[in-house]
Amino acid sequence: MPTLCSLPDDAMLDRLQRAAFGYFTETMNPRNGLIPDTSRPKSPVSIAVVGFALSCYPVAVARGWIARAEAVRRSLLALRFFHASDQSGSPTATGYKGFYYHFLDIDSGARMWRSELSMIDSALLIAGMLTAATWFDADSADEAELRELADALYRRVDWRWSQDDARTIYQGWKPESGYLHYGWEGYSEAIVLYALALGSPTHPVSTDCYAGWVSTYQWENLYGQDFLYAGPLFVHHYSQAWIDLRGIRDPFMREKRSDYFENSRRAVLVQSRYAELNPREFAGYDRNCWGLSACDGPTDEQVETSHEPRRLFGYAARGVPYGPDDGTLSPPAVLTSLPFAPELALVALRNMLMRHPGILTDDRLATSFNASVTDHAGRVWISPGHYGLDQGMVCMMIENHRSGLLWHCLRRCAPLVRGLRLAGFAGGWLDANDGGVC
Amino acid sequence: MAARFDASVSPPRDAYERKRLAEVGPESWNNPEPSAPCQLVIVGAGSAGLAAADVAAALGVRVAVIERHLIGGTCFNTGCVPSKALLRTAAVYAEMRHAEHYGARAPATVEVDFAAAMTRLRRIRSHLTHSTSVRHLVASGVDVFFGNTQFTGPDSLTVNGQPLQFGKALIATGARPQMPDIPGLRQAGFLTNATVFDIAELPPRLLVIGGGPLGCEAAQAFGRFGAKVTIVQDMPLFLPHEERDAAQTLSEAFARDGIEVRLNTHVVAVRVEGGEKVVELVSDDYHSTIRVDAILVGVGRQPNVQGLALEAAGVDYDEAAGIAVNDHLRSSNPRIFAAGDVCLEAKFTDIAEESARLAVRNALLGGRERLSERIVPWCTYTDPEIAHVGLYVREANARGIPIKTYTLPMHQVDRAITDGEQEGFVKLHVSEGSDHILGATIVSRDAGDMISQVTLAMVAGVGLRTLAKVIHAYPTKTEAIREAAMAYNRTRLTPRVLARLRRKLAP
Repeated sequence: MPTLCSLPDDAMLDRLQRAAFGYFTETMNPRNGLIPDTSRPKSPVSIAVVGFALSCYPVAVARGWIARAEAVRRSLLALRFFHASDQSGSPTATGYKGFYYHFLDIDSGARMWRSELSMIDSALLIAGMLTAATWFDADSADEAELRELADALYRRVDWRWSQDDARTIYQGWKPESGYLHYGWEGYSEAIVLYALALGSPTHPVSTDCYAGWVSTYQWENLYGQDFLYAGPLFVHHYSQAWIDLRGIRDPFMREKRSDYFENSRRAVLVQSRYAELNPREFAGYDRNCWGLSACDGPTDEQVETSHEPRRLFGYAARGVPYGPDDGTLSPPAVLTSLPFAPELALVALRNMLMRHPGILTDDRLATSFNASVTDHAGRVWISPGHYGLDQGMVCMMIENHRSGLLWHCLRRCAPLVRGLRLAGFAGGWLDANDGGVC
Repeated sequence: MAARFDASVSPPRDAYERKRLAEVGPESWNNPEPSAPCQLVIVGAGSAGLAAADVAAALGVRVAVIERHLIGGTCFNTGCVPSKALLRTAAVYAEMRHAEHYGARAPATVEVDFAAAMTRLRRIRSHLTHSTSVRHLVASGVDVFFGNTQFTGPDSLTVNGQPLQFGKALIATGARPQMPDIPGLRQAGFLTNATVFDIAELPPRLLVIGGGPLGCEAAQAFGRFGAKVTIVQDMPLFLPHEERDAAQTLSEAFARDGIEVRLNTHVVAVRVEGGEKVVELVSDDYHSTIRVDAILVGVGRQPNVQGLALEAAGVDYDEAAGIAVNDHLRSSNPRIFAAGDVCLEAKFTDIAEESARLAVRNALLGGRERLSERIVPWCTYTDPEIAHVGLYVREANARGIPIKTYTLPMHQVDRAITDGEQEGFVKLHVSEGSDHILGATIVSRDAGDMISQVTLAMVAGVGLRTLAKVIHAYPTKTEAIREAAMAYNRTRLTPRVLARLRRKLAP
């Protein structure tokens, strides 16, 4: 088999995308459709990763990688599990108020690691459910059940409760201590969360909630780019795995005469420039080697560094230009920049693959590497195994780049469209869209 | 370890301390006999009171100053002055440890002489009494009283029972450390800014409660002296009033200094076991215990309004917010004004002094100056420093003012790179679509000095276009301000403008 780098762009992307999707088929628990957070032993389920899997099944059907009936079967496994799950909110339940704990046991579905009831991860799961419900539109018993379950699971989410008496949505809740200390403030990956929360036909958040979130936005000119600031790349990506934000604008973006898609392109330019300046002088950083995002990373306990002793952050949301930055870069974050800045993303990815072939295992990308950290044999640190979030984002964003399948699908998702409109989005396809089928 | 730690907080009565106390709080002082009503009486001789006395004396009015404790107040005796002296020594130790970062050889071992640092602190504080002393006040024609003040009517008060009539009064009694309500804390004993500069020995393990300016500065200083410092903050970030990115930069600096950071964490109980202070912490549902030798509390400051019998003077106040004043700093009694920490939310020396000058002019000259019209910068003196002036982005957003920020990371500034001080940034906030400066935040080792350039521009009404023309000596860190302004100029070169230029320049 030829090496990936020797292939033309589309062939290379096809192999990367298919390998990314393979994560879900290889790791799914066949009894409940749940997907582990990582490929590492004893990994719990990440509910967001299940949302990504549900979103990727239609892609796999469209690409001919699995049969439609098989995709529906896998989707139904997960939907039936969540529908029947323990929603008591007890410390060992699966969820509460229609939300779910961030990490679950892959067999029992019980909460793990005393994790929080996560609003954003629940939203990513629900987005996956609605994607499946929108795409699987056949008049068959299974697909009808799929749509009914997704609708019921969305309707039972009490988004209003997640706001409590605050202006914005809380980041989480724990049965032992209640709401976490902080809400969703400042630009983040939460557009999809707010759109789903606003569009709910049963328990929507207050209409000023989105404005409350936007009130802490920072519009900055940095390295010559005017953009809505957020340090890590994934913030600029996640919501746009589902929502086509090209040409549609909320009041903030109307005022700035930009849109979130263009903003993500500028975020890539900022990342590239930061890596070129390389203020902390890490090995390998340059204009074609960037990608600071949320990812795994080395820790002081694991390795010896090849440079002066530096603080290492392990799993962290790395960002530019203020850090944290310990020399760790995320190849999947580069690849998922593909729709926004295809030339830059492909050049950077090929560059990384040629320099560090070990970041690829059977065409599947490791979540991160750190060229400033080497072992005794001089080998660059590479995160072991694979992360489900990365594989989901890679599969979805390559598809959006290639065909726009998910973007076009979600344009037909009525509650999402309603939520976007309630957030103040207008223009582009949103004005032409007269409703969905969901 | 704990048994050997000397937890006493009595400073040695060395020559420096004897001189300082003689200058700012002489024991054998006899209050003057008031022969006639004062045109202005100033209650409190801290930063605000002294600034007020200076203005009033220059105007030639008969002015009296009453101080309960020490001339100079918090800033001079237990605040800015001693803390900055201590921070400087701490910075030297930090540089010694990180000497290789600057291409120098680090000493094999860095032995900290804490007593020498404290002696230097006392020497500097003593030296500065030349401008903060009873003598200085008396020489400028001010009647100085020591004692407790109690108002007895709308235009009268007593000092230790001695009556004093006044035409106008300015209350500048400042603030004192706020005490958190933590079971066992009082019994276990704790330090505040009022006592921490008098400790005899460096606590090997120190807990700092509070992530505001005092807590952050102290945590870093004591950490650099070699104490094992844990800082506990009950919010998601330090310096909650500052910009997120500034707090993020500070968090990284703390980590580099080896400070253990506990955000979103509450101290719920303290007890003493075997001479150690055992502190219970809770973060959401996570409970933990740490053992320390000393606890420093820096959770805010409470206005000094008690014991003044303000009711007798008809002055409205609140225990938490202090004396109620309008924008002219006039209280509910038109004869009585207030300034500084006793009435302002922003408790900084520069604001205290400026508010006092303004209040005196309004009181004596019938002025209508407004405090809200003043442009006041402030700074937290951590390393890097965090300085701010004007509006924050969140304030502009809340007021519906479209705002844009021009950001220049210090790693784009040559002098910051040559000095090995790339962390930090300059952010200039302007009104969207214009070059009008609304505010600025600077994070840099010299941010407190650098912010003055932006303050000057704001006071003078100078926008980014003009700032971009200001030539700075090369290489200096203040070039960052010009570079940020030049970034604004570049945004004016829209594609349309560039096309026109190209046509014009075409051969």
